Amino acid sequence: MLITCPYCGPRDVIEFTYQGDGNRERPDPASQNFEAWNAYVYDRLNPAGDHNEIWQHSGGCRAHLRVVRNTLTHEISSVAFVRGDHSSAARRKAEDKP
Amino acid sequence: MSPRRTDTGGRIDRLKTIRFTFDGVAYTGHGGDTLASALLANGVTLFGRSFKYHRPRGLLSAGVEEPNALVTVLKGEVREPNIPATMVEIHDGLSAVSQNRFPSLTWDIHAVNQLGGKILSAGFYYKTFMGPVIGPLKGTRFWMFCEHFIRRAAGLGSAGSAKDPARYERMNAFCDVLVVGSGPAGLMAAKAAADQGARVVLADLEPRFGGSGNWSGETIDGAPAAEWVRRTVAQLEARDNVRLLPRTTVWGYYDNNTLAALERVSDHKAQPAKGEPRHRYWAIRAGSVVLATGAFERPLVFPGNDRPGVMLAHAAQRYANEFGVLPGQRVVVFTNNDSAYRSALALKQAGAAIVAIIDVRPQPSAEMSALAGEAEAELLSGHAVVATEGGKALSGLKVQRFDMVAGALSGDARSVHADCLLMSGGWSPTIHLASQAGAKAEWNAARQAFLPPKPTQNWIGAGAFTGSFSTVEAIAEGRAAGLAAAGGTGTPAALPTVEATPGDQDPAPVFEIKGSGKSFVDFQHDVTAEDVRLAHREGFVSVEHLKRYTTLGMATDQGKSSNIPGLAIMAEALGKPIPEVGTTRFRPPFAPVSIGSLAAERFGDLKPERLTPMHDWHLANGATMYSAGLWYRPMIYGLSGETVEQAYVREAKATRESAGMVDVSTLGKIAVQGPDAAAFLDRVYTNMFSTLAVGKARYGLMLREDGFAFDDGTTWRLGEQDFLMTTTTANAGKVMQHLEYFLDVIWPELKVHVTSVTDEWAGAAIGGPKARQILAACVTGTAVDNATLPFMGIVHGEISGVPVMICRLSFSGEMAFEVYSGAGHGTHVWEALVEAGKPFGLVTYGLEALGTMRIEKGHVTGAEIDGRTTARDLHLDWMLSKKKPFIGSAMMDREGLVASERLELVGLIALDNRPLNGGAHIVEEVDEANPHGSIGHITACCYSPALGKHIALALVKGGKARHGTRAHVSDPLRNRFGPVEIVSNHFYDPEGTRMHG
Repeated sequence: MLITCPYCGPRDVIEFTYQGDGNRERPDPASQNFEAWNAYVYDRLNPAGDHNEIWQHSGGCRAHLRVVRNTLTHEISSVAFVRGDHSSAARRKAEDKP
Repeated sequence: MSPRRTDTGGRIDRLKTIRFTFDGVAYTGHGGDTLASALLANGVTLFGRSFKYHRPRGLLSAGVEEPNALVTVLKGEVREPNIPATMVEIHDGLSAVSQNRFPSLTWDIHAVNQLGGKILSAGFYYKTFMGPVIGPLKGTRFWMFCEHFIRRAAGLGSAGSAKDPARYERMNAFCDVLVVGSGPAGLMAAKAAADQGARVVLADLEPRFGGSGNWSGETIDGAPAAEWVRRTVAQLEARDNVRLLPRTTVWGYYDNNTLAALERVSDHKAQPAKGEPRHRYWAIRAGSVVLATGAFERPLVFPGNDRPGVMLAHAAQRYANEFGVLPGQRVVVFTNNDSAYRSALALKQAGAAIVAIIDVRPQPSAEMSALAGEAEAELLSGHAVVATEGGKALSGLKVQRFDMVAGALSGDARSVHADCLLMSGGWSPTIHLASQAGAKAEWNAARQAFLPPKPTQNWIGAGAFTGSFSTVEAIAEGRAAGLAAAGGTGTPAALPTVEATPGDQDPAPVFEIKGSGKSFVDFQHDVTAEDVRLAHREGFVSVEHLKRYTTLGMATDQGKSSNIPGLAIMAEALGKPIPEVGTTRFRPPFAPVSIGSLAAERFGDLKPERLTPMHDWHLANGATMYSAGLWYRPMIYGLSGETVEQAYVREAKATRESAGMVDVSTLGKIAVQGPDAAAFLDRVYTNMFSTLAVGKARYGLMLREDGFAFDDGTTWRLGEQDFLMTTTTANAGKVMQHLEYFLDVIWPELKVHVTSVTDEWAGAAIGGPKARQILAACVTGTAVDNATLPFMGIVHGEISGVPVMICRLSFSGEMAFEVYSGAGHGTHVWEALVEAGKPFGLVTYGLEALGTMRIEKGHVTGAEIDGRTTARDLHLDWMLSKKKPFIGSAMMDREGLVASERLELVGLIALDNRPLNGGAHIVEEVDEANPHGSIGHITACCYSPALGKHIALALVKGGKARHGTRAHVSDPLRNRFGPVEIVSNHFYDPEGTRMHG
């Protein structure tokens, strides 16, 4: 499987670390809503199809990426920095390399 | 010349004689021989004993699909079992032995199993050894009792226990076009793609490229096919955009056109070149893939079809044409299709007599009749073989009239004298890789075979793989596939011309001749046609269940020769057409893969290792090193004649009496910097860090989101916005990832940078009553007295001209300091400290003494923070701030995590004054005969020089409530039972007066 890191370019999955379901919503830190915390820590979507996932390019730029991957075909339809565009614009892109 | 070797012909080097042994007997062969061809040339017919019945078995095939002739190759002390003799290239000194026989191959005691054949049918073991429902050996226990004897009787070769000294490596390859298989189709594809300028990799599992071109005996472009192959390969070799990988089995097809291959680099060499690996694992990323993997010939299923001397027709042709070996002198051919006629003719031309060609079809074509005439063979159409005779070699067979529509035999059986029987049941395309890529095979009634479907990934098929069994088609499809794969367009150049013997590619739909006696479907697992029908009678209707119940196709050959015949017999029993019964999906690997190749550089001399800056000093000063993950750390600095225990007791004792120093450079170190660094640490740690003064350090604990303890360590505030976090050695990477995740994903608004600086700092921890005096003797630029450097204080100074940072903190429980310097100065500072310590009796100590002193103090490490313990379990609840939320704070108070019966940290003292063992269970009452009733386990243990006792840390149910009570260790594996007292984990100086000084 290849993941196209917005910064480093297409890289083998061996360079990445799966960091879990990207649909999870972390409750407010002070929240004592146990149900919400339980859902955040333990509940995972397990779709047959497109899945919103977080991957870290741990063997590369170490950025966390939001990856939409089809769990049936492993086809990846989008990859973006989790931090969002303001941060990705600040980073040098693969083609900008000196 | 050996008895069966032809005088001329074949692609072997008759001038080169190679000496090898098989079962201790010395043989010779020639350059280019496989173990199979060389033994066959020496007149060997018996290669092994079968899996279950111990029947004598010979060669069925000449290639990777071989199910019978499995051997164990010996290299020094290392044994590699279950290698097909057909895939072993001989070299001088090769030593191979046969398998699954006792005491010898020719006289095998378990051959008596053949007499019990009726009861040793499918599921026999499961049914027979279910065991009684009561008594000491009931149920599974009875099976376990019997299994020992069964395993000895049934099975394959045995693995050795010697360490494999061979090297393995992994390579990544990138190409535009990967061509798998180098028969005429593969060669044409590689050439066409290369001509387009594409980067091409051509892989073939055989040592020689060319596939059927090496033995078909056809003429291509006016030259013998083998000559055309040689020329084409030479053209490919001359191109720098082509990489040729012989002896390379492409065994896995994964996502994004990533393929896995195993190259057998030096198995065929008597002495590999220096540094040359044994096997090389290739991860190949291909733009597109041409699958030109050919087809496997199928055996026919009839009584006695497993006798040595019964062989696939093309295999015999291959032995004759490629290796110059005749598998027999009096040959009979038994077929349901035309291809075997060509094999008959090839053997005739090589010098064998073709006694008869037995064809199940009532009316073979005129062309085939002519071929039979040319081979001077009697043509028995509408006949079938119903029995074979002979022991360790074939002596004859019986033939009867056969009506293929009704499947019925009639008339009297006629005996035919023969020493070799060639069979052909049609051809099955080698669709394994396509199937792995997700394609579901489609049944083709004309070919009586599963053909590859439309590609689901970027691959293109060519040649016999697609069901096009003629060389003319292979050449045309190969070139078209190569062009398409390279994204090129057709060139007008003419295709090579082929002169081939004619023949219809479609076989008759005959898979089995039903007669009396065992008819084998799966040769390697000894599954007969009757076993398949028995499975059906017992209610197994799904092909997946059939496979598991009979173990059909589950041997090391993965049913390469048996899948389709087994399926056809199942379909007949079910009364359904074959496509409705379906086929099982092929999974990687296509052929067995050495585990060493998968591990590659992760083991052996190429494994990465992490060394501290003081590593060489440790070695030079007598340290015994211990590997901790990738790190190497001193275990002890043993004096001559000292045991490990004597050494660590001496080191720990000296530290507590005067001073000791240990290398702590391996601790994880993370620079946490930025305006929000303090706020970030408050969220990450269970305790407060924003209140920490600059120039002070604090011990911190982290939890995971689920509320369990994660890691601990000290964090030093070097500036208002500048912290140096330390982590445990083992968790350094995980903590870093944890921090990055929260900064990147959860709290992107925090202005914090984290940087791993583990390798930037060298650390020496010096502790003991004289530690401060030693520092005072060598540190300049700062005082180190109690006022300047209080507990958890930090100062900056110099040692021997090198800037150092000193923090007063203690793991040993003594007055102790951690001295950090730039990694490049680590040894310099270390040596200066050693020198300064000499008058004070300073010792250096290793991990053993470190562990001993931390157990005496009751500090926790990864053995206790094991992912299942909470802060409360470890008595660290005083660190859980109530003033702020932190990672894990919401989940740590869950019902299950605050239950009273949780395992809690305690100390143990052995009351019998004998050593304890890590992992031993703690019980209230000892029952050596039937160990049970664990209330916990030991996490770490040592002999404590401070207490003069054997002590341990343990996680025990109830924890503190049991302090002062007795329990027992129960360690049946090491036969260690005995009484212990449960005490506080703080064995030594619980008030901490020593470290506070």
